[in-house]
Amino acid sequence: MTLVRETDYGTPLREAATTVTLEVDGKTVTVPTGTSVMRAAVESGVTVPRLCATDSLEPFGSCRLCLVEIEGRKGTPASCTTPAEAGMKVTTQSGKLARMRRNVMELYISDHPLDCLTCPANGNCELQDMAGVVGLREVRYGYEGSNHLHEEKDESNPYFTFDPSKCIVCSRCVRACEETQGTFALTVKGRGFASKISPGDMLFLDSECVSCGSCVQACPTATLTEKSVIEMGQPTDSVVTTCAYCGVGCAFKAELQGNEVVRMMPFKDGKANHGHSCVKGRFAWGYTTHQDRILSPMIREKITDPWREVSWDEAITYAASEFKRIQAKYGNDSIGGITSSRCTNEETFLVQKLVRAGFGNNNVDTCARVCHSPTGYGLKTTFGTSAGTQDFDSVDDADVVFVIGANPTDAHPVFASRMKRRLRAGASLIVADPRRIDLVRQPHIEASHHLALRPGTNVAVINAMAHVVATEGLIDEAFVAERCDMASFNRWRAFVSEERNSPEATESITGVPAGSVRSAARLYATARNSAIYYGLGVTEHSQGSTMVMGMANLAMATGNLGRKGVGVNPLRGQNNVQGSCDMGSFPHEFSGYRHVSDDSVRAMFEEVWGVSLGGEPGLRIPNMLDAAVDGTFKGIYIQGEDIVQSDPNTRHVTAGLAAMECVVIQDLFLNETASYAHVFLPGSSFLEKDGTFTNAERRISRVRKAIPPKAGMADWEITLALAKALGFEMSYSHPSEIMAEIARLTPTFSGVSYEKLDRLGSIQWPCNDRAPEGTPVMHVDGFVRGKGQFMLTEFVATDERTTDRFPLLLTTGRILSQYNVGAQTRRTPNVTWFDEDILELHPWDAENRGINDGDLVELASRAGATTLHARISERMQPGVVYTTFHFPGSAVNVVTTEFADWATECPEYKVTAVQVRKTSKPSEWQATQDTFRDETTRRRDRSVNRV
Amino acid sequence: METEKMVHRANEIARFWEAYPHDEALEGVAGHIRSFWEPRFRRQLVEYAQSGGVGLHTLVLEAVRLVVPRPEST
Ligand code: SF4
Ligand code: SF4
Ligand code: SF4
Ligand code: FES
Repeated sequence: MTLVRETDYGTPLREAATTVTLEVDGKTVTVPTGTSVMRAAVESGVTVPRLCATDSLEPFGSCRLCLVEIEGRKGTPASCTTPAEAGMKVTTQSGKLARMRRNVMELYISDHPLDCLTCPANGNCELQDMAGVVGLREVRYGYEGSNHLHEEKDESNPYFTFDPSKCIVCSRCVRACEETQGTFALTVKGRGFASKISPGDMLFLDSECVSCGSCVQACPTATLTEKSVIEMGQPTDSVVTTCAYCGVGCAFKAELQGNEVVRMMPFKDGKANHGHSCVKGRFAWGYTTHQDRILSPMIREKITDPWREVSWDEAITYAASEFKRIQAKYGNDSIGGITSSRCTNEETFLVQKLVRAGFGNNNVDTCARVCHSPTGYGLKTTFGTSAGTQDFDSVDDADVVFVIGANPTDAHPVFASRMKRRLRAGASLIVADPRRIDLVRQPHIEASHHLALRPGTNVAVINAMAHVVATEGLIDEAFVAERCDMASFNRWRAFVSEERNSPEATESITGVPAGSVRSAARLYATARNSAIYYGLGVTEHSQGSTMVMGMANLAMATGNLGRKGVGVNPLRGQNNVQGSCDMGSFPHEFSGYRHVSDDSVRAMFEEVWGVSLGGEPGLRIPNMLDAAVDGTFKGIYIQGEDIVQSDPNTRHVTAGLAAMECVVIQDLFLNETASYAHVFLPGSSFLEKDGTFTNAERRISRVRKAIPPKAGMADWEITLALAKALGFEMSYSHPSEIMAEIARLTPTFSGVSYEKLDRLGSIQWPCNDRAPEGTPVMHVDGFVRGKGQFMLTEFVATDERTTDRFPLLLTTGRILSQYNVGAQTRRTPNVTWFDEDILELHPWDAENRGINDGDLVELASRAGATTLHARISERMQPGVVYTTFHFPGSAVNVVTTEFADWATECPEYKVTAVQVRKTSKPSEWQATQDTFRDETTRRRDRSVNRV
Repeated sequence: METEKMVHRANEIARFWEAYPHDEALEGVAGHIRSFWEPRFRRQLVEYAQSGGVGLHTLVLEAVRLVVPRPEST
């Protein structure tokens, strides 16, 4: 391994239709028009000294180190801010330039502590490098005059320090925070010598800073430095891999010293993130070495027994014998498995293969059941593919961005930064969300429309928008005639045109003023390019699939598909949730979304796998639990999921699990579900294995092993061992061989290989003979299904209604610093920002109930009750309360119900009728659960309980 | 599955398809249940419908005859 260092071209790449040719130090170079002289020089192989320029930021021209001479021009212009022109003859080195640069450096160094040998940036400091490059040999100005050497450090951020004594005020950090991240937390205070960088005259931790790390990365000195680097020193090796948190799928360099990670650095050539990151991927990787990690396999006969550490062999043999015993006693269909959206494509593929071919049934499902299963259903029905239509870069071409039921600044931060950059550049924004999410108003961004609808009325809103489009002559008739199924279109047009779907008629249902709906619809329909981005606020409803189809209808009717800047784009939650769906994790379909009842598809798999396969759909997760309660489902293999914490109606989930005879959990930690397990197989983190993840834009990226698996086996190896013990041997010596099988059996993946991934960096499926390098934008020449299918989307109110007993609506969501069930992020210093789930409620609702900010309150629904602390917030509408579910102690899913999307059974997390009242003690469930957790996590050979 | 829950699930499917003309709606409901419901729950639904099917949407009652699982499946 070596340390990967990307070339810094000094200024950003320009895209232009024309080019210019110039000479730099006698070398001819051709660059796109608009490219800086500095970048042209680097392209020609000449590096110009620089300090304030870096290619992720627009040039600023403040340090005066990059001066050059240009034939026929007076003076010495800064190469970073001077555009290259045709015929220019540039000289980057001369005696005069050298003198000037030395003078500049001398001034910088005279106000800089010369503690290079003990500085954490030693060996990786641009100031040090430049002093060397310009040949600085003496500093004539002493430290006697005024300087900044004694300024105090700010160590408040848990991940990086700010040491102003080392700051050269190049403002790269300020510009990174503005341009790359879009948070505007930093400013340059004062002028000239007095100028200082400041996060708004307060500590970093108290400021607007969201700890994305962009400023730290941009800083050329040790002023902003990762604490891990200060502690451990500079890394010596790096491995390019993919973030294991959200569906943005950022590429990172895992920078190492031996087998220890020093830091995670966003990889500039990563096509999903282009060198940016958020606090989770950049800093919150400490869970991988957390003391709570279980490193030995464990078994027990009953869940009330203490865990017993055993060898891998014993654990695997025990699990296999239990599964065989159960099948012999209760029938073939009495067991199943859950694949993990946090594991790799290869691992997911193996688990579903084990279930279908090894268990001999189709009882396999994945956590997408509870998040984006309606996306799969809705987009497949209308367009023919179960995936988003665009790449992330496409947002740069959008003129209207329509965000529905998504909170990208918290849940998909790196893509949100990209979106905000486009919005600052002039695109219009429409937000449909019951909450006033951060995006509605940001520095230099203001939504044109915030449709603050009542939870559960998405479909009524989208139908009303469609009504406006259909009745005001805003349909793209040519697009529809050429690309869509006309019979379905005509029927849809008649349906949405009905008066009952008008904004005026639906206003009383949705709570959104008709005028706003009309203007938003006009804005969306008349822009050159309009793009829809949506999240779980769309899918997690009883009409989740209907809403996905409603958005697809609207996009087709207005011709907003099949090119850059448009589309219907799900922002998918977990890192590999797209991949786990692609890989055949749903009980009714094989990889590539082909139904198990399709004889020819089944025959293909049967031939390769050498067994006969069932043609009936298997059990979905909620049905597995139903069947367990009924007594017909008795064993489950769960890879990297925590259904007790993440799935709705916890009581039902735990009743199902408690009724099973063998629950096998493969995970990093003893999660909540492990309390019900009989076998625990210690899994590996993303740093410990090879594989691929597929992000929300269908981008397949490599996950590369940076360190060996701590418990001895990568997750894919564990599944292989289990399969072998069950008598269904699968032999692969490396995940690349699993990918080869996926490619062979899945038409949309037929062109994918590790060799190609290494060559191209990443690939967006479909990747096959027709698109050998992948497909950034889908449905370009026609829909995958042939003609686009319009679906009728009648608004059907959810049966979850407020009543006198439960007069409020609860909706749930996520926050930036925590991730999903929190198993990872709770075990990192991210808890500095957020260490418990909080209930947000509107001042009116709080006042009515005598609730003050910070009070402990009981949140109760017909399913159950829990307690949380309250926060009074005007982001909510009166009558709507909001919380997250990152912490097991808050047990929010005890409150959520089993109402679910009609088509996919994706739970209706976004609408639960509740009551809130002040309380002084934890709910009954929380109290009993704490004791239960203590009892069920005991380990025989250690006295300490692990939670 | 609890009967009440099964009835609710089945009826929700019907409530989506009822916007369509009868024959299409019928095939929509039946096709959906065939494609996504595991045989043991399809069997439970069929048996419940045959024993009167209290609370089931009329479309579900009609569609039920089209969703009987293949005899070989358990
Ligand atoms: S903190 Fe770093 S990036 Fe910011 S102005 Fe100072 S030296 Fe430049
Ligand atoms: S970490 Fe990110 S948000 Fe915080 S100041 Fe730096 S660039 Fe801005
Ligand atoms: S945006 Fe998502 S993928 Fe990127 S660093 Fe953050 S959590 Fe990881
Ligand atoms: S790099 Fe050009 S002025 Fe600083």
